[in-house]
Amino acid sequence: MAVYQIPPLPSEDKRWRIVNGTMRRHGYSRNALIETLHTVQSSFGFLDRDSIQFVAQSLRVPLSQAYGVVTFYHFFSMKPPGRHTCTICTGTACYIKGAEKVVAAAEKHLHIKTGETTPDGNISLMTVRCVGACSCAPVALMDGDQVGQIQAAQVIKQLQGWAPHE
Amino acid sequence: MNSEELQQIAEAVRLEHEKYDYEINVCMGAGCLAQHSDKFKDALAKEVESSGKRCHVRSAGCLGLCAAGPLALVDPIEVRYGHLRESDAKEVIASLGGKPVERLEMHLENYFQGQQHVVLENCGRIDPEKIEEYISRGGYEALLKALTEMDPQGVIDQIAKSGLRGRGGGGYPTGLKWGTVAKAVGSPKYVICNGDEGDPGAFMDRSVLEGDPQRVIEGMVIAAYAVGATKGYIYVRAEYPLAVSRFSASLREARRHGFLGANICGTPLLFDIEIRLGAGAFVCGEETALIASIEGKRGTPRTRPPYPAVSGLWNCPTLINNVETFANVAPILRNGAEWFAGMGTAHSKGTKVFALTGKITNTGLVEIPMGMPLREIIFSIGGGVPDGHKFKAVQTGGPSGGCLPEEHLDLNISYDALIGAGSMMGSGGMIVMDDTSCMVNVARFFVEFCMTESCGKCIPCRAGTAQMFGLLSKICNGEASHQDLDLLIDLCDVVKNTSLCGLGQTAPNPVLSTLRYFRDEYLEHIDHHRCPAGVCACNARTPKAELAEVTV
Repeated sequence: MAVYQIPPLPSEDKRWRIVNGTMRRHGYSRNALIETLHTVQSSFGFLDRDSIQFVAQSLRVPLSQAYGVVTFYHFFSMKPPGRHTCTICTGTACYIKGAEKVVAAAEKHLHIKTGETTPDGNISLMTVRCVGACSCAPVALMDGDQVGQIQAAQVIKQLQGWAPHE
Repeated sequence: MNSEELQQIAEAVRLEHEKYDYEINVCMGAGCLAQHSDKFKDALAKEVESSGKRCHVRSAGCLGLCAAGPLALVDPIEVRYGHLRESDAKEVIASLGGKPVERLEMHLENYFQGQQHVVLENCGRIDPEKIEEYISRGGYEALLKALTEMDPQGVIDQIAKSGLRGRGGGGYPTGLKWGTVAKAVGSPKYVICNGDEGDPGAFMDRSVLEGDPQRVIEGMVIAAYAVGATKGYIYVRAEYPLAVSRFSASLREARRHGFLGANICGTPLLFDIEIRLGAGAFVCGEETALIASIEGKRGTPRTRPPYPAVSGLWNCPTLINNVETFANVAPILRNGAEWFAGMGTAHSKGTKVFALTGKITNTGLVEIPMGMPLREIIFSIGGGVPDGHKFKAVQTGGPSGGCLPEEHLDLNISYDALIGAGSMMGSGGMIVMDDTSCMVNVARFFVEFCMTESCGKCIPCRAGTAQMFGLLSKICNGEASHQDLDLLIDLCDVVKNTSLCGLGQTAPNPVLSTLRYFRDEYLEHIDHHRCPAGVCACNARTPKAELAEVTV
């Protein structure tokens, strides 16, 4: 019986060991694909070609399937995030309380669309469908910290604070 | 673990608590934590030490009113404080034994009057990371009772007798589902807890998972015993990191105390639970899509039958229930099916947790017995619409539900009544809108949501929702004709009747319900090119568009 060779780690980067650890914990079974991709994303910030290939090979999943999973779920990103991330919730409660205006103001301020990163790689602007903090709507996650009852001016101020200082 | 050991743990907790005159439960839910309730808690603990008062400061689960956070509840005097800052700690501790701090106290008599807490009975009153506190409030009694005094069929009979229906939105009788899985041929069998609370505007499951995770574990173990499952999964959204970490800590605690693993409570029962993270796909709330996602695939639904109860995860019989459904199981076995069936209406028993949000004074979680009129929830518990605005509609059921106008506010909440009125129970989001919301725009918002969340497997949903969105945008922009409206209604019918899964089948609901109750708003957009609420940008019609209409 042919013994399947687990591919070597793509580089010396210690983060690959964390990824490998997740796969080992699940016994390199195919159904650990999403769990492993979560680990890659949380360690590296995004998923690139090399990492998807490595995970697919290690778990013996066709590359097409791995790529299909990555592109299916909104949580996975194939673009490196900016140094700072501004995520605005566009769930129903936030919509009713005017999240659209905040998104529009942030887009205008940064001159980018949601889902994009500023050309200097400083700020990513994202939207999310409900973070479950509807009582505090409208809600934004500024670098992962939840801010409730936001107003456009407040978000702009924070974005200005993130601007690189010359 | 046997009942004596359980009592010993409960007794130890009770003795420990007797040392204190007061207990201050500081909310450590995601909402309050974001407002730095942890800092307040630390300040409080420091203050207690220096004042020498016999007071216990506890990190508790969600107290429900996240907008007024950080929150704290002082036991046993039942005083609730809101908007707490670190600097308030001194005053709060100094007031113990005297009059409560007037400045910070929240007067919520109306909010709690009429609520009945079953699922949320421990939320905000125990430390979610301490299994002992859950046990001291009757936790795991139901599991022991089931394992030692009842056979699996007896448990299923009790659940069936209680009249519990699926709390995820469908309302399928839970006892019937358990019975089907128990009878299904095949092994192993799986129990899955659906914590993929994708419905935007709902956060009941998050609060339960963060505030009282052991209750869900107990419910799942009882279910495993009843249906003969050996392995469980809980599928939680990746957007809820706190719920995930609390739940995994609770799983470890439960394992340590022998409530999970091999020989649970000294019986031959073998069962363990694994957490699976969602990855931001709304459709994964659908049971077959959720199963595909656990298997590590794209979360696309498949045709039913076969239902998961017969052929689910890895083609094995699988029981899937919502977080809130599992949270109801332990109280039913502890207090008896009759007790549960005594609450609610003829066909909808028990209580339901709603996330009351939107344009309403008291936003937060409310748990009410089924059958309560919508008016009471919104105007008595919720405190009505703030800032002098007028109530316009209440939206239930998320993107699958509908908007109900003022005339329907006397409707008694139940699965069937809501469906009859063109909406649905859903998982429990309840969003109140006032006269500043345009109902056409609201419909467009939900259709846009369904359009982006459609998995793309079946054409009616993939293409239909995109076309519906186009037509609704046209109406919003004031560029539509009556023909477009007819086309939209036709399209709704097609999408509703030909889509593969619940997402597509219910996607037209927001459109149909707003058309049913707010048709005049649609007509206003079409005939007069104006938005009565002033939300849509149709007033700014370009002269070019008008010209094109004339030439056509």
